[in-house]
Amino acid sequence: MYVAVKGGERAIENAHRLLAHERRGDRDVPELSLAQIAEQLSLGVDRVMTEGSLYDRELAALAIKQARGDLIEAIFLVRAFRATLPRFGATEPVNTGEMQVRRRISSTFKDIPGGQILGPTFDYTHRLLDPQLADGFVPEQPETSEARQAATPRVTDILGRDGLIEPSPAADADAPVGDLTREPLSFPADRDLRLQNLARADEGFLLALGYSSQRGYGRNHPFAGEIRFGEVEVEFFAEDAGFAVALGSIELTECQMVNQFKGSATEAPCFTRGYGLAFGQSERKTMSMALVDRSLRARELGEEVIAPAQDEEFVMSHSDNVQATGFVEHLKLPHYVDFQSELGLLRKLRKEFAEAKAPDMQEAAE
Amino acid sequence: MGLTGRNSREAQRKAAMAVLAHSEAGDIAGHLAAIAVPAHENLREPENGLVMVRGRVGGDGAPFNLGEATVSRAAVRLATGEVGFGYVLGRDRQKAQMIALCDAMVQTTELSGEVETKVIGPLRAAMIADRNRKAAETAATRVDFYTMVRGEG
Repeated sequence: MYVAVKGGERAIENAHRLLAHERRGDRDVPELSLAQIAEQLSLGVDRVMTEGSLYDRELAALAIKQARGDLIEAIFLVRAFRATLPRFGATEPVNTGEMQVRRRISSTFKDIPGGQILGPTFDYTHRLLDPQLADGFVPEQPETSEARQAATPRVTDILGRDGLIEPSPAADADAPVGDLTREPLSFPADRDLRLQNLARADEGFLLALGYSSQRGYGRNHPFAGEIRFGEVEVEFFAEDAGFAVALGSIELTECQMVNQFKGSATEAPCFTRGYGLAFGQSERKTMSMALVDRSLRARELGEEVIAPAQDEEFVMSHSDNVQATGFVEHLKLPHYVDFQSELGLLRKLRKEFAEAKAPDMQEAAE
Repeated sequence: MGLTGRNSREAQRKAAMAVLAHSEAGDIAGHLAAIAVPAHENLREPENGLVMVRGRVGGDGAPFNLGEATVSRAAVRLATGEVGFGYVLGRDRQKAQMIALCDAMVQTTELSGEVETKVIGPLRAAMIADRNRKAAETAATRVDFYTMVRGEG
């Protein structure tokens, strides 16, 4: 229990004023613009959009600025903002197969139709701090070469043609798409709800769980079948217009994990899948998500549930960093009354302990 | 209008809306300035809202909710009766209003051609140029395993 405590108004007001001052930092240093954050800290913006569960680069940049770079605080701000706007409806499901690919790699096949496209990546960099970047560095314009018109089919589609991998679960026209922003979570949860939960889940939490599955806590033998990043068109069925209108495009990262087999007396063995999808360029996030998605399919695939990454109630109940922050950080709020009662109890226990000890002490003295 | 006519008009409207949605608001306004915009009124005041963006399990399976996106929408009616709709990602209400206005004009016999040549056409060309530039930059990062062995031995 925590109680409202009166009397701190002026202190709170002054604390917020001090926060605004500290946020600004040295006033002789130029102020950050939202465009600078959106353009130059773009992966932080992507993370805030993904876990804030709201695609809007400018708002995410504002949140990062307001939160002084604390991304979880920024995610909290974005989540709070989304509650202020009405929802017009749901988009048509995006088609990642038609992505204008900026990066697309497979670790399962060297020669994939459309090719291995590295795009803008930290991979193969030496991870040495670059002093050139400290001030006034002007990078070269990117190299260009002739773009092929060849399609870039998903690697899982190629495996699927030969039946080597399980098909994706088909859409059920009668089943509404689960939405955890509208209904409270209940268990067991279907894959649509699990994926929604994982999509907005804390990257660090998923990274650790995915890692734990690789280290043997619920092994699922993964290969990165494909990771792709790029722009995808978004369409929305506008009731008033009477047809699906183009809303523009968003950047997405998709990860298809290919995992070890399932099969039975009646079904030929085939690879199984784990799936990750996130706003922006969020590679670590989607890889972790795909690992955990696959682990959470243990029940469906008849695997023994022995590890945290396979336990959907554990994963889904603790994956949200806004909820987790709320509960952990609420410990800072005044708990004076609770604590007084605990203190009272402890004093009583200590008194009883001392009284029980007292005869022994007397005996010892004699 | 026959079914085919309606479908082709709808396809034309969809294509124009797609180009406009991909364009910067300032660029749309710049090109619109070259047109004598007919009298019109707002049927729906431009407003901000959200859409839930959906993905598919495995990329091609059952849909799931990925996360929301901000959108703006507007509806405009010309004095001659045509109603246009504007929907676009982001919070720029003016942009949604301009898209609605263009959509209404695309439906008129008098202005459809002019909107295409003065607004949609140039914006489409810019959009394609931007896409091609990105595709060329991306293509330069394609791993060419064959090139690596060429010239040896």
